[in-house]
Amino acid sequence: MATDAARADTFPKLLIRNARRYAGRPAYRHKDLGIWQVWTWEEVLEEVRAYAAGLARLGLKRGDTMAIVGSNRPKLYWSVTAAQMVGAVPVPVYADAGPDEVAFVLAHSDARFAAVEDQEQVDKLLSIAERLPKLERIVYDERRGLRDYDHGRLRAIADVIADGRGALAEEPALGQGLDREIDAGRGSDRSIILYTSGTTGQSKGVVLSAIGCINAASDTVAFDQLTAGDEALAYLPLAWVGDHYLNYAQALVAGFCIACPESADTAMQDMREIGPTFFFAPPRVFEQMLTGLMIRMEDAGPLKRRLFHAFLGVARRYGEKILNGERVPIAGRMLYALGEFLIYGPLKNVLGLSRVRTAYTAGEAIGPDLFSFYRSIGLNLKQLYGQTEAFLYLTAQPDGKIYADTVGAAMTNVDLRIAENGEILFKSPGMFVGYLKDEARTAEVMTADGYVKTGDAGFIDPKTGHLKIIDRAKDVGRLNDGSLFSPKYIENKLKYYPNIREAVVHGDAHDFVCAMLNIDLGAVGSWAERNNIVYGSYQELAGHPLVYDMLARHVEEVNRSLAEEEAMARAQIRRFLILHKELDADDGEVTRTQKVRRGFVAERYAPFIKALYDGSREADISTDVTFEDGRKVTLSARVKIRDVETVPVPVLEKVA
Amino acid sequence: MNSGRYSLRSSGRNDDGEGHGATRPGGRDIAAGDVLLAVEDVSLAFGGVKAVTGVSFDIRKGEIRAIIGPNGAGKTSMLNVINGFYQPQRGRITFRGRPRPHMRPYEAALGGIARTFQNVALFKGMTALDNIMAGRTLMMRRGLLWQLLRLGPALTEETHHRHRVEEIIDFLKIQHIRKVQVGKLPYGLQKRVELGRALAMEPDLLLLDEPMAGMNLEEKEEMSRFILDVNNHYGTTIALIEHDMGVVMDLSDRVVVLDHGIKIADGTPAEVQGNQAVIEAYLGPEPSR
Repeated sequence: MATDAARADTFPKLLIRNARRYAGRPAYRHKDLGIWQVWTWEEVLEEVRAYAAGLARLGLKRGDTMAIVGSNRPKLYWSVTAAQMVGAVPVPVYADAGPDEVAFVLAHSDARFAAVEDQEQVDKLLSIAERLPKLERIVYDERRGLRDYDHGRLRAIADVIADGRGALAEEPALGQGLDREIDAGRGSDRSIILYTSGTTGQSKGVVLSAIGCINAASDTVAFDQLTAGDEALAYLPLAWVGDHYLNYAQALVAGFCIACPESADTAMQDMREIGPTFFFAPPRVFEQMLTGLMIRMEDAGPLKRRLFHAFLGVARRYGEKILNGERVPIAGRMLYALGEFLIYGPLKNVLGLSRVRTAYTAGEAIGPDLFSFYRSIGLNLKQLYGQTEAFLYLTAQPDGKIYADTVGAAMTNVDLRIAENGEILFKSPGMFVGYLKDEARTAEVMTADGYVKTGDAGFIDPKTGHLKIIDRAKDVGRLNDGSLFSPKYIENKLKYYPNIREAVVHGDAHDFVCAMLNIDLGAVGSWAERNNIVYGSYQELAGHPLVYDMLARHVEEVNRSLAEEEAMARAQIRRFLILHKELDADDGEVTRTQKVRRGFVAERYAPFIKALYDGSREADISTDVTFEDGRKVTLSARVKIRDVETVPVPVLEKVA
Repeated sequence: MNSGRYSLRSSGRNDDGEGHGATRPGGRDIAAGDVLLAVEDVSLAFGGVKAVTGVSFDIRKGEIRAIIGPNGAGKTSMLNVINGFYQPQRGRITFRGRPRPHMRPYEAALGGIARTFQNVALFKGMTALDNIMAGRTLMMRRGLLWQLLRLGPALTEETHHRHRVEEIIDFLKIQHIRKVQVGKLPYGLQKRVELGRALAMEPDLLLLDEPMAGMNLEEKEEMSRFILDVNNHYGTTIALIEHDMGVVMDLSDRVVVLDHGIKIADGTPAEVQGNQAVIEAYLGPEPSR
């Protein structure tokens, strides 16, 4: 298979190979109108060829860029391949991006065509049309609501495919021309441009080469032994590098099937129906699944609850060891097997994880308890680390060597180095070609000998040989007494609590550390219900004194944990407040992949930070809230500040 | 299921929602803009309580008609008269060109009039999907025995109805609750399911009784969007009772204002808004200087 993939050096060529080799096997599924539709590899090739022919007839040429805006749908994935067939470069955009973001990406990438999901996206593009003089054609998947629109520039994708199909049947020359274009594709061609929503500054367009993508994907397919019989659910944003890697690249390389859920709301139900064999989710999703489970367990009968907790204890004792292949006494194994039958099996079934052979998480640190929980019930959950510039995978945990606090060993063919200042550098098969139209920043991010700077600080754990991430290199700072301050390290400890959805700590160039917290509405809401606490809005719940008490206890626990580590002992949190609203990507406070934009948040919540450090008991603020359609509204709040206990640390000499 | 007296209405709607296909029994085809339903001099009294007195107005095909008025004005009674729940003592209703003396609710339904209720009248123990399927009952041709055995034609028919219902579920974005027992759903979603059930009938005239009642701003905007979409996409004529003035002004083409059972204004939202009698009905008469 490796040699085959090597011969096929672009994704369209891989599709042709798959249609030949896996002809009748399912390639794409989509739940529509309540039933699962399926397309085999042969059928997909036929559709995508017709689509490419149709697009060519509409004027799409080699070298053009085509924006893809929408959620996970077969026709949008096919838009990527169809564009690549013609030699055009797809540029996916986040479906929930506001008009300004979309305008930036399309203008920056000079997009001539756009393939979008539905009326909402069409409206968004039409509303910014004057800012996009180069945009000529918009094709859409879902017809609803678009009947009466002016179709001068608009066309339904189904119509484009039908037109292409008809033309291919009538003019053999068209088919030959298309085949020539596909053959003319080279591994060195630009295969896709993924805009990375930077935590600082404007988005950058990461350009990836076809052969880079395919080589990287081939390595990980071999690493995880993925085959054409596997199934995955495509539910994470299409514009995210992880989706393009896991669901597009790996699927084309290995030949497995991608299932697109009916809608974002039904994703978890659909997962149960599909029973994927490979699963990726950010830690947040794993946490939500567990919280949801625990909440439902609270409502179960006493016998079930007792059984549940008893067997979870068994799992805690033996589960991970069994999964890791370590020695476990016979009695333990039997008990665990009983637990599998009664509890863990049905549990995994409800979550849709029954058939998952390999599960990954990445993006932020996962709480060790959460990680252990899933492994203990038999889910092979592992961590990986990477970034868009690497085309995702830099490190991953191999089976049998799983630790809660590392992100794994370097992936096959990835050359990882730690610079003197602790920054992680890499060279990898999938590494990017450069930032689109931004040689300056491309050069900034490369070292003299061709390594890419990740911007993350980390070290190789001597015990395990695995990489451990500390923080974003830029964010590591120092308190006024010279002690090390790594905000992410502290925030991760805080976020391990289901009640805390997001945390932003502050301390660089200050005397002590303060925290701004977001509560998790699901977890805290259900806790409030069970404790007869009444609230009328998120803001009210976030300001409730009992909620503050609960979070203060969490913060104090974190302080105790920090006190145990010499390097972190001085970075204990002294004061905190609970934010009156969730940090939101639409407000620019977090990226589309939920990473906090530290600088922006510090600016916006400056009144809070000032109050935290000047000893005030309360702080006022007025913030702008942006809705998805771009409308802005001002939200005012008065937020309480709480002091918490810290563990006293013996006064050391001031660190040089 | 039904007696077979009324022929199966072939649903001529394709995925693009291009209007009605075949004609409904009883009445002629009405062109867009012509009068679909006319209420003439209708009076309804419950003993001494005069709910509605001498009210006349019409509803034109394809429009969104609002019926407004302060509490107790007789709006729901008016709707119930149109629907056939109440028989007026005086006056008559003309639907699709034919007068309808003593129309029963099921005759109204067969004729193409669907409605929703102020306090949500769904089958609480059934799932959302089943509730909306229930709205297809009048279109099911095969009898009880056929449906029990689920043989050939009954199966084809059920698949067809299920397809239509799934389109409505897709339209109203309730895929994630299609198998949830309706009684467990929050109020806003229940209202949406009820709207779905009314739409399942593929009505010519949709009567909405306070569709926004008990909703917050976000829910109201969503419901308004759905009502507009129903009017646009399916071409359904809509008559709605509503208290939220903003919604009424934004959504409706024409407005009828009732007060104490009497019609006091009739016209476009702008006309009605400036009407002195309407202002007085809501706010009370101007204090005399």
